[in-house]
Amino acid sequence: MNLTDRLAVDLDGAFEQFVRDHQNAVYAAALRLTACRADAEDVAQDAFVQAYRALSEWDGPRIRALAVKPWLARITLNVVRNRARTTSRRPHTTPLDGVPAAAVVDRQPGADHRVGDVDEVVAQVAALAPSYRAPVVLRHAYGLSYEEVADVLGRPVGTVKAQVSRAIQQLKEQRQ
Amino acid sequence: MSDIDFSPVAAPDGLLTGVLEAVGLADVYTEWDTPLGHAFVAWNPRGISYLDVIDDPAGFETGFAVRIGRRLRPTDEQPPAPLRAALERRLSGGRGPTHADLRTLTDFERSVLNVTTAIPAGEARPYSWVAREIGRPKAVRAVGTALARNPVPLLIPCHRVVRNDGIIGNYGLGGPVNKRRMLTMEGVPVDDIQPLKGLVGSDSTHIFCLPWCSYARRVTPAHHQSFRSAADARAAGYRACKHCRPVE
Repeated sequence: MNLTDRLAVDLDGAFEQFVRDHQNAVYAAALRLTACRADAEDVAQDAFVQAYRALSEWDGPRIRALAVKPWLARITLNVVRNRARTTSRRPHTTPLDGVPAAAVVDRQPGADHRVGDVDEVVAQVAALAPSYRAPVVLRHAYGLSYEEVADVLGRPVGTVKAQVSRAIQQLKEQRQ
Repeated sequence: MSDIDFSPVAAPDGLLTGVLEAVGLADVYTEWDTPLGHAFVAWNPRGISYLDVIDDPAGFETGFAVRIGRRLRPTDEQPPAPLRAALERRLSGGRGPTHADLRTLTDFERSVLNVTTAIPAGEARPYSWVAREIGRPKAVRAVGTALARNPVPLLIPCHRVVRNDGIIGNYGLGGPVNKRRMLTMEGVPVDDIQPLKGLVGSDSTHIFCLPWCSYARRVTPAHHQSFRSAADARAAGYRACKHCRPVE
C-alpha cells in the first residue's frame, strides 16, 4: 500500500511516515526561502500542521488522488509568504519570551549568523529576485520537475526553465 | 544541471516531534496530585489523553505506550488552562467538561464513558444501568470492559459504576479498595447501601430510586419501602425517579 492510500485509510497512523518522507525536502526549501534555520523549522512545522488539517477534512478518494509533493510545495510557499507578511507588519518589536533582545535584533536576511556555515548558497539564494527564488528552490532544493514547478507557481514551463537557468547564472556570478 | 551546490539538508531532529505534538499525535505529561495520591497526566492539543495513579514515570510511560501508543515526553509545563480547570474541577467532584481525548477508543467505549461522565459525585450507578442508557441493555459485561479501559480514571468517574448485587466491583486504580475510598470521599455511604438489594421507595412521595441515588438517601426510615423490581414498585403505585432513572 503506498503512502497516500495509507493516509486515506488511517491518517493518524500514517502521518508520521508522511512527515519523515518529506521533512528534509520541506525543510531544505524553507531554509533557502527564509535563509534562517529557526524560521525554516517554524515554516516546515506550520506547513506539515496545515497539511494534516487539510488531510483530516478530506475524504479517501481526494487523498488518494493527491500529488503529494507539489501540494506540499504549495503549502510551504504559502506559509513563507504569510509569515513574510506578518513579520513586515510587526517587525521585531514583539519580544520573544526568554530570548534576550540582542539575539532577535539581527534577524535580517543575509546576516552572517543566520545561516552560518550550513551552505553559503542559502544566503545567495535568499538574495535572488523573488521571481527567480521560488523556481530555483522548488526545482533544485525541493526536487520538483519543471512541469511540477510550473504547475505550483502557475507559470508556463518555458518561463520556469528560463527563470531557473537565470537564477543559476546569477548564483554562479555571485560566487566569482 | 547546475554545478551550484544544492546538497541536501537534513531537517532538525525536533521537527518531527514538533509537528506530531502540534497536531495531537504526540503527547506530553507531568505530575498531578489526585485524591488517590501521586499521579501523572498526559495531554495533547486534543485534550487529556491518559491518567494513572503511579509513582514511577517509567511505569506511566509504559502504560501509555501499551494503551495509547503515541510518542510521549515529560514536560515541566502545566496543562493548558482549560485542561487544568477540567482536572481540578472533576477530580474534586465537580461537573463540567472533561476535555478528554478519547479518539483511540471505539464508539461503544466512548458512549460508555460519556454516560459515566454524567453520573454526579456522591452517587453511583450499576453496570446494567450504563448498558441501558447507551441503548445496549444486554452489553453489561462489555460495559465493564469499556470502563476498565478508561484511559482517564478520576477525570471520567468510572469508580461511580458499581455492581448490581451490592458488591462494589473492580477498579483499575488500585482495585475495589480504592473504588470504595473514592465513593466514600464523595459522600456515598457505601456500607449502608451495599446490603440494599433492589429498589428504594418512599411511601410519602410514591417514587422509587436506585439505592445509589442521592434521593434514595433522603428517604427517612419511617417512609422507607423496598422493592425487588420496578414491576413490584409500579404495582404498588410508585413511579420511577427522574434523576436516577431506575428503569427506562
